[in-house]
Amino acid sequence: MPHSYPALSAEQKKELSDIALRIVAPGKGILAADESVGSMAKRLSQIGVENTEENRRLYRQVLFSADDRVKKCIGGVIFFHETLYQKDDNGVLFVRTIQDKGIVVGIKVDKGVVPLAGTDGETTTQGLDGLSERCAQYKKDGADFAKWRCVLKISERTPSALAILENANVLARYASICQQNGIVPIVEPEILPDGDHDLKRCQYVTEKVLAAVFKALSDHHVYLEGTLLKPNMVTPGHACPIKYSPEEIAMATVTALRRTVPPAIPGVTFLSGGQSEEEASLNLNAINQCPLPRPWALTFSYGRALQASALNTWRGQRDNAGAATEEFIKRAEVNGLAAQGKYEGSGEDGGAAAQSLYVANHAY
Amino acid sequence: MAYQFPALTSEQKKELSEIAQRIVANGKGILAADESVGTMGSRLQRIKVENTEENRRQFREILFTVDDSVSRSIGGVILFRETLYQKDSQGKLFRDILKEKGIVVGIKLDQGGAPLAGTNKETTIQGLDGLSERCAQYKKDGADFGKWRAVLKIDNQCPSHLAIQENANTLARYASICQKNGLVPIVEPEVIADGDHDMEHCQYVTEKVLAAVYKALNDHHVYLEGTLLKPNMVTAGHASTKKYTPEQVAMATVTALYRTVPAAVPGICFLSGGMSEEDATLNLNAINLCPLPKPWKLSFSYGRALQASALAAWGGKAANKKATQEAFMKRALANCQAAKGQYVHTGSSGAASTQSLFTACYTY
Repeated sequence: MPHSYPALSAEQKKELSDIALRIVAPGKGILAADESVGSMAKRLSQIGVENTEENRRLYRQVLFSADDRVKKCIGGVIFFHETLYQKDDNGVLFVRTIQDKGIVVGIKVDKGVVPLAGTDGETTTQGLDGLSERCAQYKKDGADFAKWRCVLKISERTPSALAILENANVLARYASICQQNGIVPIVEPEILPDGDHDLKRCQYVTEKVLAAVFKALSDHHVYLEGTLLKPNMVTPGHACPIKYSPEEIAMATVTALRRTVPPAIPGVTFLSGGQSEEEASLNLNAINQCPLPRPWALTFSYGRALQASALNTWRGQRDNAGAATEEFIKRAEVNGLAAQGKYEGSGEDGGAAAQSLYVANHAY
Repeated sequence: MAYQFPALTSEQKKELSEIAQRIVANGKGILAADESVGTMGSRLQRIKVENTEENRRQFREILFTVDDSVSRSIGGVILFRETLYQKDSQGKLFRDILKEKGIVVGIKLDQGGAPLAGTNKETTIQGLDGLSERCAQYKKDGADFGKWRAVLKIDNQCPSHLAIQENANTLARYASICQKNGLVPIVEPEVIADGDHDMEHCQYVTEKVLAAVYKALNDHHVYLEGTLLKPNMVTAGHASTKKYTPEQVAMATVTALYRTVPAAVPGICFLSGGMSEEDATLNLNAINLCPLPKPWKLSFSYGRALQASALAAWGGKAANKKATQEAFMKRALANCQAAKGQYVHTGSSGAASTQSLFTACYTY
């Protein structure tokens, strides 16, 4: 390696770093509203609503018509391509409404998973072709950050070395291309919670995956100060018989991050995976109360965990829109508090009860 | 990657992490007194003293028998093999003298460089053979940490990909073996200052090297909380005509570290390379005042920068013992203050004049 050929100018770096810091400013996180047409089909069918473009528009309108209360807890919104060009009932682009609230607009840019031949059902993610041109256009159309999701799974022999290497590489290529176009890349190497593995196993795998991701980002000359990470929390598999408290999840998660995520990363915005709204908030809160030093912002990039109640309240009826929006604002505010370690719980299932399960001498 | 096979037990991890934290607690740093016989030869030749075992013993005795208050500034001393078994003039083992002062004893473990064929005179480091048995013996004989120095150079086509990979890998193997034997490994990937490259180039190379080192440590399942890093500061090459202030060196250094060194590493103890005693202290102080996130302790592991004046004061004469000890204590104290960002420069070369050279908008 002879010499450095700067990937970005000083101005480009500053712009990226400023955008990233705005998104994860204290008390703020991300609304992941970038469900693809296929994902929206699942959500809408659960409330008996037909998956049409108009219904998807009406639903996003419920979220985006939230009042100024969301300004203090939502730093960014991730859009799906279709939604970036949709308007509300008054003909105002959703992008415009969001930007006017001082919230940064983001765009999902990956094109879904494809199989890796010769593996046990593992995948990589496509979307690199023409990505630079697409990013340039999205930037013109109001997007300042992007998101790309890779997927890994835990089983007897997975994730394999190939799956880790390939997904880390593709994430780094995507990140590099985004930054060239003034877009902050959110790097999402999700390890699914499917399976019966315990917390320790998930922690081990998460550390290996994140180490590979950051090595790839370094190899591809990605500017970390202008990047955000969207990882899974460290949790047991869904079918694991052992129950863990939010404090144990927090300790395992923060330990994994401390061992792999360089402090130059301004923020870590967790995905909610299959967690319920309350679980996702309690875990995020515990993470922000974890006694280990945490040099990055630790906040949320939630889809279902911000929208489940809103979706359920709306049920496709215009008359329910206002109440549905309130449900969304409520979760947004709760998570804004959790991102500062200030959420006291809904009071229903005891925060106190969960605390007593914390195992003080488990070495992570 | 199938499953985790824990490399260390909870007790082993606890012991390692406590040792590491003790070494760098409260602004303490390390005295690198592990000069090999050959290297001591160069030092002694400069003060016209013969390089005999007795002379080496006498000089080390003077350093190690200073007042107990030295343990407020010095948390660890690295010894060369010969020195670990030497005694003072009353027959007391040096290692016991140090331990009684509350100083952790360390041991140099590498066995020097070996050429990498097919490269532009690059090297790897030997010493892995029988390392586990040697570590076990040193642990019995009072050592609690080890040190291994890998060397990379900036030159035409250097450091090459091979040199980086190979040195990162041997450092990780050494670290893994140390930990199995209860020794905290100090990981030293020195990018030497030979050459006329500017500081920006050194920063780029240092980032690539450290990224590779931490990937290798992760691959080898090394417990980061029980390690210390001993890197070079980011500086221009010795033959560079550009001059940089301590603040510039600090910004470049901390930037490189925060892009690559996980927060789990408890301490970073810089080598002094060819820096003068005062420059080594001023730079360390500026590093500790740098306004970037610094989740690790930033301290020193100095050889020449702690001993140059002491050596000159000694001149091989027992009568100079007091002056020698005073010279050493002065540097130890100064560097401890610098490790807390509290060093007040009282000398003639103006701190004021260096501060005005800081370029506020240089993007690293």
